[in-house]
Amino acid sequence: MKPTTLKRSNAPIFWALFGAGGMLSALLGPMLVFITGIAVPLGVVLPPDTMSYPHMLAFAKNFIGKGFIFAIIALFLWHAAHRIFHSLHDIGIHAGTGAKLLCYGTAMVGTLIAAYALLAIGF
Amino acid sequence: MSENQKVIEIEVLRYHPEKDKEPHKQVFEVPFTDDMSVLQGVQYIKDYLDGSLSFRWSCRMAICGSCGMMINGEPSLSCQTFLRDYYPARVRVEALSHFPIERDLVINMEGFIEKLESIQPYIIPKEPRTLAQGEYLQTPEQLNAYEQFSSCINCLLCYAACPQFGLNSSFIGPAATALLHRYNVDSRDGGKAERMELINSEEGVFNCTAVGYCSEVCPKHVDPANAVNQNKTNAAADYFLRFLAPKGGAK
Ligand code: SF4
Ligand code: FES
Repeated sequence: MKPTTLKRSNAPIFWALFGAGGMLSALLGPMLVFITGIAVPLGVVLPPDTMSYPHMLAFAKNFIGKGFIFAIIALFLWHAAHRIFHSLHDIGIHAGTGAKLLCYGTAMVGTLIAAYALLAIGF
Repeated sequence: MSENQKVIEIEVLRYHPEKDKEPHKQVFEVPFTDDMSVLQGVQYIKDYLDGSLSFRWSCRMAICGSCGMMINGEPSLSCQTFLRDYYPARVRVEALSHFPIERDLVINMEGFIEKLESIQPYIIPKEPRTLAQGEYLQTPEQLNAYEQFSSCINCLLCYAACPQFGLNSSFIGPAATALLHRYNVDSRDGGKAERMELINSEEGVFNCTAVGYCSEVCPKHVDPANAVNQNKTNAAADYFLRFLAPKGGAK
């Protein structure tokens, strides 16, 4: 017997975003936490004005900086959305379409806001 | 029975569909020796305490795959799990999780048999071959590629361990995916494109959330989670690259 009604799953899109986000967060997450949460606020290792407004604005206006910020925000969000959605049943929530829309929708909205904001800042 | 005969309590989940509305537990006191498996414990119950107890077994040596049960909540082969490891506490045996119970510890495995058929678990030759061409030759590497995935004994412990199969029983699941992979990576086989349709489908590998418990409970070290993960990569590549290289079961 071979099922004749096989429908191709669209999961690879979400899985690829999840995978990319996972890779990026594993590689860069700890470093970002260190820089933004420890080194800069406590004034250790890095110069105190590392994350000053002019510096950050220049970073966000730079083409590569934009790409970096966008990738971090969007891919981290898609990674989190996928993980949270699939973890829901572990805490007893049997996730359906609503939960799916909420999780991936949040990631989508976050992605669009990040894209809009980065473009609005200008080059 | 000698005076210092040890006795262990075995709690069994009973269910006789013709008279029970739902499964219920029953406790038996079973005299045992240190070399007795849980299977031998339930065999003692059947032989001496309650002949109506139903369960499957055959080889008693972790080969046939028929004696799988939940033992204290863990999917296990009852023939290689020993009563001494639970004594003096009570040991609880139940039918494998996530499957309909046929009777007592016997599950209905029809759904799995259908899955097994659907993966075409046999070599589909790349081209017709005559006897005169002789046997296929394989290098040790070619054998290595699939050997581990060929040791599955269909015990279904991995299905009882898989929370995603528990949520959605149409998921092709760990053992069937491992066996599918075993044929796909066999150098003699040419059926990969057909089988990938199943891997890529909504019943396929993306139901897996990388829990990994299937590989932990597998008594044969098949590592089905590894087969599932490799095929997520295969399926994703097929999904995104199908327009570039139109093969691999893309529809
Ligand atoms: S993969 Fe392992 S646990 Fe699953 S059915 Fe085969 S032998 Fe049993
Ligand atoms: S009786 Fe054969 S595997 Fe346990």
